[in-house]
Amino acid sequence: MVRSRNTAATQTRKAAEHAVAEVLTPDVLLGWYSTMVLVRTLDERAWLLNRQGKAAILASSQGHEATQMGAVWAAVRYSPSLAIFPFYRGLATAIATGITPTEALLSILAKAGDPASGGRQFPLHGAVMTPKLKVINISNVVATQIPHAVGYALGCRMSGDPTVTMTTFGDGATSEGDWHEGMNYAGIYKLPVVFICENNGVAISVPQRKQMAIVNVADRAAGYGMPGVVVDGTDVMAVYEVVGEAVRRAVRGEGPTFIEAKVVRLLPHTSDDDDRRYRTPEELEDMKRRDPLKKFKEHLMEQGILTAQLDEQAHKEAKEHVDRATEAAEAAPFPDTGDFYDHVYASE
Amino acid sequence: MPVKINLPQVGESVTEGIIGKWLKKVGDTVDRYEPLVEVTTDKVNMEFPSPYNGKLTALLVKEGDTVAMGAPIAEMETSEAVAEAQLSAYTPARQERATTPVGRTGVLLKDTRPVGPTGSGVETPVSESAVAVAPSVSAVTSAQMPSSPAPAVEAARGGQRYSPIVRSLAEQHGVDLAQVKGSGLDGRVTREDVARYVEQRAAALAKAPALAAPAGQAAGPDEEAVPLTPIRRIIAENMMKSATQIPQAWSALEVDVTSLVARRESAKDEFLGREGVPLTYLPFVMKAVAESLKENPRVNSTWGGDKVILKKRIHIGIAVATSQGLVVPVIHNTDSMSIAGLAKASNEIIQRARDGKLRLEDVHGGTFTLNNTGVLGSILTQPLINWPQAAILTTEAIVKRVMVLPGDAIAVRSMMYIGLTFDHRILDGADAGAFMNSVKRRLEAISKDTAIY
Amino acid sequence: MAVKSVIEAVREAMFEEMKRDPNVFIMGEDVGKRGGVFLATRGLIEEFGEERVIDTPLAESSIAGIALGAAMQGRRPIAEIQFADFIWPAVNQIIGEAARVRYGTKGVLHVPMVVRCPYGGGVRGGLFHSQSPEAYFAHTPGLKVVCPSTPYDAKGLLKAAIRDEDPVVFFEHKRTYRLVRGEVPDEEYVLPIGVADIKRAGSDITCISYGLMVHYCLEAAEMLAKEGVNVEVLDLRTVRPLDKEAILESVRKTSRVLIVHEDNRTGGLGAEVAAIIAEEAFGHLDAPITRVTGPDVPAMPFSPPLEDFFMPNPEKIAAGLRRVASY
Repeated sequence: MVRSRNTAATQTRKAAEHAVAEVLTPDVLLGWYSTMVLVRTLDERAWLLNRQGKAAILASSQGHEATQMGAVWAAVRYSPSLAIFPFYRGLATAIATGITPTEALLSILAKAGDPASGGRQFPLHGAVMTPKLKVINISNVVATQIPHAVGYALGCRMSGDPTVTMTTFGDGATSEGDWHEGMNYAGIYKLPVVFICENNGVAISVPQRKQMAIVNVADRAAGYGMPGVVVDGTDVMAVYEVVGEAVRRAVRGEGPTFIEAKVVRLLPHTSDDDDRRYRTPEELEDMKRRDPLKKFKEHLMEQGILTAQLDEQAHKEAKEHVDRATEAAEAAPFPDTGDFYDHVYASE
Repeated sequence: MPVKINLPQVGESVTEGIIGKWLKKVGDTVDRYEPLVEVTTDKVNMEFPSPYNGKLTALLVKEGDTVAMGAPIAEMETSEAVAEAQLSAYTPARQERATTPVGRTGVLLKDTRPVGPTGSGVETPVSESAVAVAPSVSAVTSAQMPSSPAPAVEAARGGQRYSPIVRSLAEQHGVDLAQVKGSGLDGRVTREDVARYVEQRAAALAKAPALAAPAGQAAGPDEEAVPLTPIRRIIAENMMKSATQIPQAWSALEVDVTSLVARRESAKDEFLGREGVPLTYLPFVMKAVAESLKENPRVNSTWGGDKVILKKRIHIGIAVATSQGLVVPVIHNTDSMSIAGLAKASNEIIQRARDGKLRLEDVHGGTFTLNNTGVLGSILTQPLINWPQAAILTTEAIVKRVMVLPGDAIAVRSMMYIGLTFDHRILDGADAGAFMNSVKRRLEAISKDTAIY
Repeated sequence: MAVKSVIEAVREAMFEEMKRDPNVFIMGEDVGKRGGVFLATRGLIEEFGEERVIDTPLAESSIAGIALGAAMQGRRPIAEIQFADFIWPAVNQIIGEAARVRYGTKGVLHVPMVVRCPYGGGVRGGLFHSQSPEAYFAHTPGLKVVCPSTPYDAKGLLKAAIRDEDPVVFFEHKRTYRLVRGEVPDEEYVLPIGVADIKRAGSDITCISYGLMVHYCLEAAEMLAKEGVNVEVLDLRTVRPLDKEAILESVRKTSRVLIVHEDNRTGGLGAEVAAIIAEEAFGHLDAPITRVTGPDVPAMPFSPPLEDFFMPNPEKIAAGLRRVASY
């Protein structure tokens, strides 16, 4: 299932496959599939709400779902507790962590009920904290979350907290100083961090060949003294396996892992972007062939796990779910300014 | 129901879109979220999804039109509740401010004068064009900027410009700043100068009339400078304080004093013979006022900044014109005296005032002032309050007038106006009215039986 | 009460707080065996071990960013930026990120961290070891910015900063480290952040300053006292949040103000203090609000006459006081 990986991580392969075999029953896989359908439906709806002038800005996760969801599911499965520092393109990450479509839409429409920041931040930015799972996304300035994740892991190490920290980012982030500084520190102190680079090959419009002189970002991991793994990020089961192993390494105290998940960005950078100015129709068509949802569906049908009827049902249920969520989120109130000045400092 | 479809606000900083191909035509049934029309903006090319389920009934713009975000582009017939679809489109509560063309907004450097300690600021002359463009600004400019052509450092010279603290201290203490000698930069009046002046003035007042005349403005060629007497200066300062520190209101009403006139007529000869002093109307009025002050204690008070200070004793001052100027000797404990006592006391103190023989205690402690302007023939006067009291009452000339009495009988009556200037911080019109009516009632109640002793 | 230097006070504050609270730790360049280039952390690694006195790579953004992450996790990091001049790579993590965590999460997360920065000139530090960058941080809501002037204040305020629930940028003037000595109580104490201190009471002019300049203002005040002018010296101690009431109260008393800082003139703290006075105590003024500050050149030059030209000193401050007094 693992399409490719660099040599530094081949050691982990056997153990990972073993674990996957234990867990991934047809029921589990069908559950994954219907959740991925739900996220895709929600993502499309959010885009339409933007085009209706209701959602100010969106960074779609279409094409990244397999990586985002596979990674969260694996991390939740294999860590006693988890802190995720996602980047801004994280709708599928959010849903995988348990954010509901209604909550996501409240956030996308900047309503008072936005669970992450009450409408203060861009969609899904802020913090959603449960005892076992913390999702922290302070900013969308590229790569700033890398030191945050490393520092969080350092804090866990110091306080004896067994939480594993995971952070996600794009290929563009790996050009930033903060990425280097954070990776370096995590490598030095062998902190329990899983770095997941969702490499969609383009930083807004700049192709990878203009960002770095290498084909696999994962090659850089060796420079920080940690394994660098390349995985097909459109294959949810491959991602699950690789991230699962990285999380177990972290739990075992073996230090950080860098995972490069090769994904596709099916839509423009954000709703404010027009990728036809820098991507050819051929490129866009080619990417659609690598659509993770399509690939997963084909795989499940090949395996006889998914039928056309079940697929249709999944889409129907997803649409109904998203319709209900849209209705609820649209009807919900905007934040009022009563607490506008709150939370600048600790209240005395 | 019919609804208008507006071009949505899409994209940061985008204000308009160019309509592309319509993907639906009039009469088509459209599902919510189904693409209606292609729209191109500066940032994105997009398909605009329908906000409603329904039927397209009109296209308001055509391919190639440039349309402002928010403008209507089509009409639909829908069975949905429209409000719901509008919910998430946030509309600011405030109205967009209309941008008014302001014409020329700047001034040419050559038309300006340097201002400020370094001369780096510029003072804008009030030109006609500037007035036309922004009258409020130029009004402020002309009111606040003295016509001095000099920059600020020079403006300090000769004490023509005062700092905020100097102005407020001057106001608080009723100081005419032109009288204060400046010790600051180029003779500017400083805070300390004002404080010193106030101190010295207080000391001088205590030993009046030995007040040194401060330097003032020189007389012009066709003018004559008459030096101020100490009393003139004190009057000036007190009037200034009264006028600038007390928000004053005024009210008057008329009193039928026919029976008061009769009572006085009947008693005055005997009184003069027996007491050696004339019986005027004044003691009657003082008696009525003192009793009315007891009934309306707020009129016998002073403003205390954050409170009103009621005076328990009633010491009525009488405004007396003398050759030196106005003085206000005080009859202490006015309310404890009979009409005869008041006649004697007022006669004595007025005489002393006219002779310039008032003692310090004669002019101190007044809680209310009575001003008999009637002796000047006046029938209505608006006096200034004797600072820091709460009110001053005038009694005007008694004039015989034809009046309509109850039962519509017509009679010749002796009428007199009384007027009250009052501190509106302490008293409202109703309080003033109550007090004056109290005085009126007492004056009108005087009869042939009213005791003089 | 013992007489101590500012650097000793800073060291003691960290030592005591690390003893008191196991969540407090230090990270920075050369803070371990070396004890920091100014020896602020000398002896701490021996006492608390390298787990709590962490030598970091030369990477200021991550020093701030990792401290931020650890603070969100519940630790109380003290991040040392070796020289304030090196803080610029960390500015995004401090201003862009740390200051916004509480607001951007509606209070779900917060950042109890301290960023310690030796700053200031008059030490022959040249363009890159003399800067006073406090105004950049003081501009940012969500941060607290402290600039103590004495050993007593440095210790009490650093302890308060470490205990504070919000990010505090703590500027220690390098020249005060060993130059300024003062009494520090033996018993434990903490001083409130955001409270100014009258270092010399007076009635004629309010002289407002912070950091090293407070000492120069005090010297200047003595000169003016001989000339019959009684200067009040107000030490802001904290430049965000500013102690508005203390500023206004003093100005209402004296009606004349001189503001002194070493930082460049334009957009410096003096501008903000002046604006507050102009807005809220205008009616009490008897002279223009005046500033004595570092000049508007990009940084402090190296050569002695050039450095002297840059630095405000007691004579320059006294001249400013005389100008205000004589207005």
